[in-house]
Amino acid sequence: MSYNDRVRGIYQKQLDEIREAGIFKQERYIHSPQAPDIEVEFPSGADLKRVINVCANNYLGLSSHPEVIKAAHEGLDARGYGMSSVRFICGTQDIHRELEKVVTEFLGTEDTILFPSCMDANAGVFEAILTKDDIMISDRLVHASIVDGMRLCSAEHDTYKHGDMAHLETKLQQYKDKRLRVIINDGVYSMDGDTAKLDEIVKLAEAYNALVFVDDSHASGFIGKTGRGTPEKCGVVGKMDIITTTFGKALGGASGGCVSGRSEIVEMCRQKARPYLFSNAMAPVIISGVLKALEILKRSTELRDKLEENARYWRKGLTEAGFILKKGDTPIVPVMLFNAKLSQDFSRDLYAEGIYAIGFFFPVVAKGQARIRTQLSAGHEKHHLDKALEAFIKVGKKYMILGKTEEEVITMYGL
Amino acid sequence: MNNLEDVILEYVIAEYAEEDDKVTYDTPLISGGLVDSFSMVSLKRFLEVKYKISIPDEDASPEAFDSVNKIAELVLRFTSKKQA
Repeated sequence: MSYNDRVRGIYQKQLDEIREAGIFKQERYIHSPQAPDIEVEFPSGADLKRVINVCANNYLGLSSHPEVIKAAHEGLDARGYGMSSVRFICGTQDIHRELEKVVTEFLGTEDTILFPSCMDANAGVFEAILTKDDIMISDRLVHASIVDGMRLCSAEHDTYKHGDMAHLETKLQQYKDKRLRVIINDGVYSMDGDTAKLDEIVKLAEAYNALVFVDDSHASGFIGKTGRGTPEKCGVVGKMDIITTTFGKALGGASGGCVSGRSEIVEMCRQKARPYLFSNAMAPVIISGVLKALEILKRSTELRDKLEENARYWRKGLTEAGFILKKGDTPIVPVMLFNAKLSQDFSRDLYAEGIYAIGFFFPVVAKGQARIRTQLSAGHEKHHLDKALEAFIKVGKKYMILGKTEEEVITMYGL
Repeated sequence: MNNLEDVILEYVIAEYAEEDDKVTYDTPLISGGLVDSFSMVSLKRFLEVKYKISIPDEDASPEAFDSVNKIAELVLRFTSKKQA
């Protein structure tokens, strides 16, 4: 079939529907390295604008860190640009295995396998280790990549109410006859910024003989006193059976991810996980950058300490100004606006004030829970945060939402 | 509690609703964002076990599961088929 007007029309209609629904995603072109200050072209063709970025996953400011860039250059020179192979044919260099060992030690697990992304890790792990005789029980707010991974797996699945341990326990009781039970969670939930109760989850897992899975993408490198992630924060390092995480956020921000955990599970992924078996090995330049990022974190907790302080300062500033925030203590700080259009108008006005922050609404978050999600970085200095706070307050005053309760904001703008 | 709609409503509230959610027979469950399509599977399983029916995947659409009343209609369709 040729790509004729009829076929073109099918896609144009679908794209129009996305536009009409108000969920068409338009990319903004950044002309500078990823950093707290960036130069942005938006809309396409507009003059460049210097803005403060409060929506990157650059939690530790390592995306453009001079030591990471230098290590990546050295890796490029020493090991070349690409591997032109999957891992099991001729795509494994010494540094791939070195990174797997370093990550294993960092996370306190038994072994690690690298994937092209954490999306791929989540897409591949369940199918590799579970069968139709098993059950996956996931928190209802887990990341979309985990949902996709569960859909690809022949095991049964069920969900429990977000963070509701009593509900999780009823599900564990319901499936006590299954061969394997796996409790599936995010470490830090990316839209709300809250943390899984891994200590309580481990207790339930022990009581009901279940495995524990956590995706720590929004935690590895900075949550916990030494940045080992949510298990460290909850005092359960070594008790996670499966951790997936990314190198595309705090740990250098380039790309790549992994499954880390029990050695047999990691080996099953090496033998059976399709995104691992059928994707190219991670590029040596990225491996070299991640190795340096982890070396920096092992050397000192300075960056995660600064991030923690920045998050505290930002949360306090917004709270004192009268904004409604989602409760939490992570560097993900959602500013609640409830109404979808208000979240888009607010984001647009912030951009005019030189602040880059995105509004999220249904179906990305629950209906009536629209928000501006802000994310802090160790790269932010006080002057960045003060300028961003000033802009938030100015726009907040414009929409008369400061000091208002949730009910009052909803009465003004609707859901 | 024997009324079909009431049994379903009770399950939906216990399984999906948070404290401040108000759910009635006509509340849009999936299009309203209360139940996501991935979590719908437990509701389907509950209905199949409780009413000893089998709902094929093509009939278990988000539209057919979008309110307690619609779910009750679906269940009735399959229980009548069983009796026929």
